[in-house]
Amino acid sequence: MSKIFETPLYPYTRHPDQDAATPARHKVIVIGAGPIGLAAAIDLANQGVEVLVLDDNDKVSFGSRAICFAKRQLEILDRIGSADPFVERGVEWDVGKVFFDEREVYKFDLLAEEGHRRPAFINLQQYHFENFLVDRVRELQSQGAPIEIRGQNKVEAIGQHDDHVTLEVETPEGSYTIEADWLIACDGANSPTRRMLGLDFVGRVFEDNFLIADVIMEADFPTERWFWFDPPFNKGQSALLHKQPDNVWRIDLQLGWDIDKEEEKKPENVIPRLKAMLGEDVKFDLEWVSIYTFQCRRMEKFRHGRTLFAGDAAHQVSPFGARGANSGMQDTDNLVWKLKLVMDGKAPESLLDSYSSERVYGADENITNSTRSTDFITPKSDMSRLLRDAVLDLAEDFEFARPLVNSGRLSVPCTYDGSSLNSADALAGPDISRPGSPCPDAPLPDGFLLDLLGDKLTLLTIDADGPESFEEDGIEVKRLALSVRDDPTLALQRRYLGSAASGVYLIRPDQHVAARRETFDEPLFRAAVRRATGKE
Amino acid sequence: MSDNLILTANIDGADDFYADLLAAHEGLSPEASAALNARLLLVLANHIGDRTVLAEAIAAAARKAK
Repeated sequence: MSKIFETPLYPYTRHPDQDAATPARHKVIVIGAGPIGLAAAIDLANQGVEVLVLDDNDKVSFGSRAICFAKRQLEILDRIGSADPFVERGVEWDVGKVFFDEREVYKFDLLAEEGHRRPAFINLQQYHFENFLVDRVRELQSQGAPIEIRGQNKVEAIGQHDDHVTLEVETPEGSYTIEADWLIACDGANSPTRRMLGLDFVGRVFEDNFLIADVIMEADFPTERWFWFDPPFNKGQSALLHKQPDNVWRIDLQLGWDIDKEEEKKPENVIPRLKAMLGEDVKFDLEWVSIYTFQCRRMEKFRHGRTLFAGDAAHQVSPFGARGANSGMQDTDNLVWKLKLVMDGKAPESLLDSYSSERVYGADENITNSTRSTDFITPKSDMSRLLRDAVLDLAEDFEFARPLVNSGRLSVPCTYDGSSLNSADALAGPDISRPGSPCPDAPLPDGFLLDLLGDKLTLLTIDADGPESFEEDGIEVKRLALSVRDDPTLALQRRYLGSAASGVYLIRPDQHVAARRETFDEPLFRAAVRRATGKE
Repeated sequence: MSDNLILTANIDGADDFYADLLAAHEGLSPEASAALNARLLLVLANHIGDRTVLAEAIAAAARKAK
């Protein structure tokens, strides 16, 4: 049976741009048709921005790669289309177990809080994820949206200019030149764009290797995340087992530093390792094997003139925490509305510098969490291992030690505390919706709050007066008026008011809070709109 | 430097406590003793809880580290 990742999805076809006498100029070019590049392009096309995606390949990603997608990313998918196909196909999970040697020492339940449209996590192979995004691209195209993917179009050179970029693109039929007003580089951890522009990617490489295998098997393991420290089948190392759709299971086995990667990847070496873990009698097929090294790195800034970096191209973390693809989606979530305002002349170009500063802040948060997980999973000294083992031993008997167990701190969206786009918090409201926060969802009589917010700048009033709409320096703000009288579960009140009697929120197009106070004050909210769009 | 951490004598029956500590280590291999110390450290740290006190305790202990 041919696999989805073996089928060309956007095969090369010749385009008139390749025969143009002068290079064609596009509004936005995205390099890389991975999850981040596709999400960026879809978000732009939704806003009516003409966008071209170039990919050096013509298929979805090979192997499962990113498999854990967190609630916030599903909410972003809802904003740019619908997360339904992803959630229907994906495997929902909320329980994780941690084993030490042969003992189960700790079990956690993500305990998805009630009153959110989307679950805490789904597991879904990256190739399915990309495939659904390509479906969304096709849907937009059928509606006449200006979005296009060109397969086997490999960018070989980039010229940066004040008001555009020039690209040399290699195809099976030779190379051609095109231009773009803006370039978004989503070309992965080994980003050729980054290399071509001579930009650094600074950070830490952890001296350890992990074997990653996708195994197809009929198994009755539960849909839980199982993590082993020092298991009998991989002494002194760690292991992970996690379910994906279609009876595919993800297995990660720590191998140590001094190994021959090519040797270890051979089936004759992989299969005995998996049998030791799964049992001699378990029948399985190997779908994909890879070996990776933990790395935590990022670019100094994510904007370089007209080129914007997003996803792994901009930052890389170790995988136990699902902070790679998830944080990349938060990048484009943050970027696209800003780029649209700048392209429309409604905001200064400097607004894009806030993309860099906010997402660098997010990347640092992810790198900190990921580094700490890595230090726990692969102790770097005898004492580090001794303390780690003490935590695991205590966790079996005592609740207090369980929060110290770190087999990956799972991705949660970043709150942009201290961002220059935030206005000072002027509501004695809950912490989770302070300025900079991603809006928490809430069930309402007409659907979920996040669906009502959509992707436009919104004035959310809760039991407060306010204008139906207003315009500040070319930027329109529409009101969403709600009341705790229509809040059957009290989630809105709990998440947005706390002890306050009313609340007025200015919410960014990426559904992050820009400002809040108890009542509407026109001059202050006008100032907050200017601030949220980089004008003061 | 240590505004919150108690660094004056605070254990009633200090000799008895010290004897208890040694007794816990009796007969253990160096590895098992080190593991016991690590567990004890974590149990005590959790009992203290206060991050300021813990930071001051780490700093106080680190003074002799070369």
